[in-house]
Amino acid sequence: MFKNIGFRLIFVVAITSLIIIGVSAYFSVQSQSKELISEVERHANQLSETVVASTRFDMTLNQRDRIQQIIKSIGTQKHIRDVRILNKVGEIIYSSDSSNINKMVDKNAESCFVCHAADQPLEHLSMTERTRIFKVHPDSNRVLGIITPIYNEKSCWQAECHAHDSDQKVLGVLDVSISLSEVDKSILNSEWKILFFAIFAIVGVGLVIAFFIRRWVSNPVHDLLHATQQVSQGNLNYAIKEMSDDEIGKLAFSFNNMTKKLSEARLQLFQSDKMASLGRLAAGVAHEINNPLTGVLTYSSFLLKRTKDNPEFQEDLKVIVRETIRSREIVKSLLDFARQSVPKKIEADINEIIIKAVSVIDNQLNINKVKIEKQIDNNLPKITVDSNQMEQVFINLFVNACDAIGNVGGTITVSTQKISLTPFGTVQIKKATCRKRHSLIDNDYKIDGMPALKVKVVSEGKEGIIHLDPVYGKHRNNFDIGFKISKDAKYVCPDCNNSLIQENKTCPKCGAPILAFEISGEGIYEVCSSENSNWERWESVDSAGLREFIEIKVKDTGSGINNEDLPKIFDPFFSTKGQKGNGLGLAVIWGIIDNHNGTITVNSDLGKGTTFTIRIPFIQQR
Amino acid sequence: MKKHTDILVIDDEQVIVDAVVKICALDNYTVDVALNTKTGLEKIANNHYPIIISDIMMPDGDGFEILEAVKSKKEDSAVIMATGFSTVENAVNSLYNGAVSFIPKPFTVDELLSTVYRVNNFQKIVEKQKVLTQQQKNDEILFVACPTKYLRLGYSTWMFQEREGTVLVGMCDIYMKTIDSIQQIELLNSEEEIAQGIACASFICANDRNHRILAPLSGRIVEVNETIKNDPNLIEKDPYFDGWIYRIIPANYDYEIKYLTPCSSDRL
Repeated sequence: MFKNIGFRLIFVVAITSLIIIGVSAYFSVQSQSKELISEVERHANQLSETVVASTRFDMTLNQRDRIQQIIKSIGTQKHIRDVRILNKVGEIIYSSDSSNINKMVDKNAESCFVCHAADQPLEHLSMTERTRIFKVHPDSNRVLGIITPIYNEKSCWQAECHAHDSDQKVLGVLDVSISLSEVDKSILNSEWKILFFAIFAIVGVGLVIAFFIRRWVSNPVHDLLHATQQVSQGNLNYAIKEMSDDEIGKLAFSFNNMTKKLSEARLQLFQSDKMASLGRLAAGVAHEINNPLTGVLTYSSFLLKRTKDNPEFQEDLKVIVRETIRSREIVKSLLDFARQSVPKKIEADINEIIIKAVSVIDNQLNINKVKIEKQIDNNLPKITVDSNQMEQVFINLFVNACDAIGNVGGTITVSTQKISLTPFGTVQIKKATCRKRHSLIDNDYKIDGMPALKVKVVSEGKEGIIHLDPVYGKHRNNFDIGFKISKDAKYVCPDCNNSLIQENKTCPKCGAPILAFEISGEGIYEVCSSENSNWERWESVDSAGLREFIEIKVKDTGSGINNEDLPKIFDPFFSTKGQKGNGLGLAVIWGIIDNHNGTITVNSDLGKGTTFTIRIPFIQQR
Repeated sequence: MKKHTDILVIDDEQVIVDAVVKICALDNYTVDVALNTKTGLEKIANNHYPIIISDIMMPDGDGFEILEAVKSKKEDSAVIMATGFSTVENAVNSLYNGAVSFIPKPFTVDELLSTVYRVNNFQKIVEKQKVLTQQQKNDEILFVACPTKYLRLGYSTWMFQEREGTVLVGMCDIYMKTIDSIQQIELLNSEEEIAQGIACASFICANDRNHRILAPLSGRIVEVNETIKNDPNLIEKDPYFDGWIYRIIPANYDYEIKYLTPCSSDRL
C-alpha cells in the first residue's frame, strides 16, 4: 500500500495537517484555559475582598459568631469549596467547614508556603503569588485557592478586645478555595471540540486530497501504466483516450504520439519488408520461369520459322509464340512491380484488350459455368495504355471473379463507358513541390491509399507534420499533430523550411492563410491552412474543365468480400484464397492502374457479389 | 589443328543450349557448347571463338568470370550476355564490363539471330581493324569520330549532357556499322520515360532483323528527333550530331553515369 503514490501523498498531507492542527489546537486550548482560570481568579479575588470587607466591622467588634456565620453562609455557595481565615500561627479561626475550626495548618501547606518559604515571612504578595491550583486528592477536581492577607490596622489594635498588637503587620489570611470543576469541564469540553474538529479537518483534507489525487494523478497514471503494458505486449494501436490538460495529460499525449509513430514505423518496416521479400520472390520467380520459358519460346519461334509453308501449323504456333511472349512480359512486370518500373504505353482499344483477356480464360469460365456478359461502348476512343499490363489486369480480375463465384455458376458483367468528371473531387496530386523544388509528397503516409501532401507546421516553438488529402476536393486532411496550431503558425517545407504560405492572400471562407503547392506543369494548388475550412482551389485544373475517363466495371455474382477485408485487398500478399493464391494479383493490378494515372475502387456485398471500377484518363498526364 | 567454331554457348540449361544450337544453325553458324562455367572457361582457353553467348547465373560461377577470361586473352571474342535474371543492373553491368551485347531471356529466334548477326559484324570489324596498318587506318575512314565528353553504354548508345541540363541520346557509329540499313524505326513519344539498360527504340532492318536499342540513361523524353523518323539513314551518316534520337531530362544522372564509358577512350 505504501508503494502507491496516491497513498504516500495522502499520508504526507495528513501528517502535515495533523501537526499543524494539533499544535494550533494545543495553543488554543492553553490560552482558553488560561483565560478561564484568570477569570476564576478575578472572581475569587473579588470574593475574598468582599469577605474581608464584610467581616471587617464584625472583626473590630470581635463578634466571632457573626463572622463565622458570614463565612459559613458564603461557603455554602456553589463552587466555593472552602472559605477560612487563619491566624498568624496557622490556626484556623473561621471556616465554612465548622469541623476544621481551631485546627492547625502546617506552615508548609499551600496556603502558608508562599509567604513562609523564605526565612522572613513576606508581607506583600502579587496576585499570582496569592493564587494556587491544587488537588485535594489525586483524583478529585482541581481547586483554585486564593489567599488574602489581612493587614493590621489602627482599628484592630485599638479595638476593645485588644486581640492584636500594634506592631504586627499581618494578622492572618483569608483563604478561599474555589472548585474548578466547572472550568475544567468547559476546558475539557473545548478540548473535545477541538479534537473533533481536528479529526474532522484531517479526514476532510485527506478525502479531498485523495479525491483529486485519484482524479489527477492515480487514474491517469494507472491509464498510462495500462497503456505501457498494452504496448509492451505488442498492441501498438492502443491509445489513451481521456487526457487532462496538465503534465500527465501531456505525457499521455506524447505517449500516444510515440506509440503512433512506433506503429507507423513498424508498419513501414513491415511494408518495406514485404516489398523486399516480394522483390526477392519476383527475382527468383523470374529466373526460374524464364529458363523454361526460353525453351518454349525458342522452340516455338523456331518451328514457326521452319513451317513457313504450312499455314495450318503457322496459326497455332503463332498463338503459342504470342502467349509465351505475353508470359515473358508478365514475368517482367512482376520484376517491374518490385522495381516500380514504367509501363510501355501505346495507343490501344480497351474493348479489344478486354475481348482478348476474355478469350484467354474462356476455358476456365466454361469449366466453372460462368457466363460473361459484355456491355461494351463501341464508340470508345483509343487510349494510351500498356496493353499487356491492362490485359493482365482484366485476366486477374476475371480469374478472381471466377474464384469468388466458385462451382455454383454465375455471371461476370464487364462494362465499358466514357465518363466525364469534374476535376474537383477526382484529380490526384502526384507531384507537388515547394518553391525550392523539394517534393512534398509523403510516400510513408497515405490517405485512402494515396501518398499525402506533407507540410511542416511551426507553432509557438512546437513543430509537426500535417498531411493533406492528395485528391483535389476530397479534403480528408489530417491535422492531428498533438498541439494546437496558433493563428500565426508557420507552414513550411519539411526539407528547406521555406514558407508555403501564399502571400497577400487569405482564405475567402475563413480568412486564414493559404498554402500554395507547385504542381509540376499544372500550376499551383491552393488550400486553406485552417483545419475547419474546406476551401481549396487548383485553377489550371479547374480551367481545363471536365476530365474524361474510360470507366470499366467488372461485376461478379460471387461470394463478395468482407467489409473488414476491403481496405486490405490491394495490399501485397493479402489473400483470402489460402493456399491457392499468393496475394499478389490485386497489388499488381493496383500498381498497373496507378502507373496509368487511373484509379481502381471496389464495392462488395457479402453473398451478392463484388464490383471493381477502374477509371483511366483519356489523356495520360505527367 | 584447332577447328574453327563460330560460337560458344555457355548455359547450365540443356534446353537453352540445344535451342541456341538449332537457331544458330539457321544462319549457318557452327556452335560449341559448355554446360557450366568451368567447361566454358576451359574451352575459351583452348580455342578461339569469335562469339561467346554466356548465361549470367550458373551454379558454379557467373558470366562475369567469362567476361574477365575473354578480356585477358589475346584473341578477341565478342561476348553476348544472356540471362533470365534480366535486371537492368545485369544488362548495364555486363555492357560496362565489356560485353558487346545483352539479350534478356526468354528470347525468340529472331531476337537471338539479330543479336548474333550484329555481334558477328562487330567481330568482323574488329578483325578487319587488326590487320590494317596505321596508314590504312588513316586512309580509310572507318569510324566517325566520337566527340569528347560523350559517354557510351557498351558499344551501342551514347549520351551527352547539354548545357541546359538536358541529355542527348543517340547511337554509336560502331553499332550502326553492325546493322543493315534501317527500313523502319520505332521510337517512343515525347513525355514517355526511358530507363537505363531497357529498350527505348527498335530498328527493323532487312530479313526481319529487329534490333532493340538500350537506353544509356534513365529519364523523361522531352524531344524526339523527328527527322530520323523520315530519314533513318541520317543516324548512320551523322550518328553523333544530326542523328541524335532523344533529348531527355535525366532522372538519375549521377548514379547512372558510373556505368558509362567515355566515348573517345578504349577505341577499337
